[in-house]
Amino acid sequence: MIYRAMKIWLLQHMRTLLAVFGRLAHAPVASLFNIGVIGIALALPAGFYVGLANLQGFSRELSAAPQISLFLALDADHADVARIEGRLKQHPDVRKFRYVSREQALADIKNSTGLADVVVSLGQNPLPDAFIVDARDNAPQALEKLRDEFVRWPKVAHAQLDAAWAQRLESALKLGRRAVLILTTLLAFALIAITFNTTRLQILTQREEIEIAKLIGATDSFIRRPFLYFGAVQGLAGGLTAWAVVWLSIYLLNNGLADLSQLYGANFQLRHLPPKDTLSLFLFSAWLGWFGAWMSVSKHLSEIDPH
Amino acid sequence: MISFSGVCKRYPGGFEALKNISFTIAAGEMAFITGHSGAGKSTLLKLMAAIERPTSGSVVVNGQNVGALKPGAIPFLRRNFGLIFQDHKLLFDRNVFDNVMLPLNIRGFDRREAVRRVRAALDKVRLLSKEKTHPITLSGGEQQRLCIARAIVHRPAILLADEPTANLDSAYAGDLGELFKSFNQVGVTVVIATHDENLAARLKPRTIPLRQGELAA
Repeated sequence: MIYRAMKIWLLQHMRTLLAVFGRLAHAPVASLFNIGVIGIALALPAGFYVGLANLQGFSRELSAAPQISLFLALDADHADVARIEGRLKQHPDVRKFRYVSREQALADIKNSTGLADVVVSLGQNPLPDAFIVDARDNAPQALEKLRDEFVRWPKVAHAQLDAAWAQRLESALKLGRRAVLILTTLLAFALIAITFNTTRLQILTQREEIEIAKLIGATDSFIRRPFLYFGAVQGLAGGLTAWAVVWLSIYLLNNGLADLSQLYGANFQLRHLPPKDTLSLFLFSAWLGWFGAWMSVSKHLSEIDPH
Repeated sequence: MISFSGVCKRYPGGFEALKNISFTIAAGEMAFITGHSGAGKSTLLKLMAAIERPTSGSVVVNGQNVGALKPGAIPFLRRNFGLIFQDHKLLFDRNVFDNVMLPLNIRGFDRREAVRRVRAALDKVRLLSKEKTHPITLSGGEQQRLCIARAIVHRPAILLADEPTANLDSAYAGDLGELFKSFNQVGVTVVIATHDENLAARLKPRTIPLRQGELAA
């Protein structure tokens, strides 16, 4: 009995789904336009989101550990270095630090960049001794406070927060994420409105069929089901379109970027939407379509009462 | 099977379609509800199928008080009935076969069993050869028979027909009468609202005469 009921249930849903695809194929141009509009509406926030994610990945790489660089005065001697080393050791807010002597710094520059010739041509070493400090607390305010304190120490010429610009980027990204959220909300509303209206039109054109179905014993859920499926399928198709638009855009941009980054001897590649976010996009678009259809059906179906 | 007690139906605006109606139709009975147009025949049928609700009194079908049913229970009440409408209420965007299929789809019938039943119903009303055609190409009598096929395909316990012979010539009407008789003979309760006296004379059913919304004794 339960097996039979489940079979009927499954059969009804499969039939409905088939009917929905049939209906989409029945008016291909209208369906394509609807799906296209939904796809573009979703591609905008999805594209922005991918762009932000790329920027964020970029900034993370650069600011994995914010550090403070302490540059000593050029006339600092070994005793000064030892004194500062002692103070850093005892400082409660310093997690660890590394000493880079001026000789070592010069050697690093010689090895790592193409500036060897320039370095050699210099008469004397222009670089100061330096300490690279990792703080215990990486919050921007704590880092800035620490930096301000270091600057006041004797023989410290300059203290620089390496991650300052990365943090500025991070807060700009935060703003960007908020903008994406607003955009998503607005366009989600648009998607719901589109589905609401297409569903309303369908209900109106099928008014007679709905009336007859009600008269011969169709339950509300039976009548509602094809409309909800239609909304969900249309929304999902829109989500797939949005994904394709974003994927294609990134693909084209990456082609352009390859040329550009070759000129700079680096390798910049934009990343595609990760699988988890892709799945979220599909589920979200299907849900929005379903929800728009549900609102429409709830509002309009009760208006059809057979007499 | 169907029992009315003290049923009144007043439409919005004050028109009183039925006044203090009481009767009982037993299972397996064939009953005609007769009277002139406007006597309240259609309203009576609508009350049975929960298309309308009584203003007062009670309508009981299969032990269920129709007036007190929750909206969610109404579809299941209607599945007891085969409804035959005066205006047929066919779907003109699908063929004859799919029109008859509709009640079985609603009930979630297995496809193979459903096809078998649809063919049997169409055969019963002699429309099997036209299963692929569209209702618009059928004559008035054929459309009425298609409506009957749709009403019987799920083998309902009760057949309700509203003016089934209206707009039909008398030969067709006679055919239809025989059809209803054959359903009744296999145990289906048949309730027909009609002002067709020829049909009544031929089938000699029990009659429930209405006059201006009241039972005419």
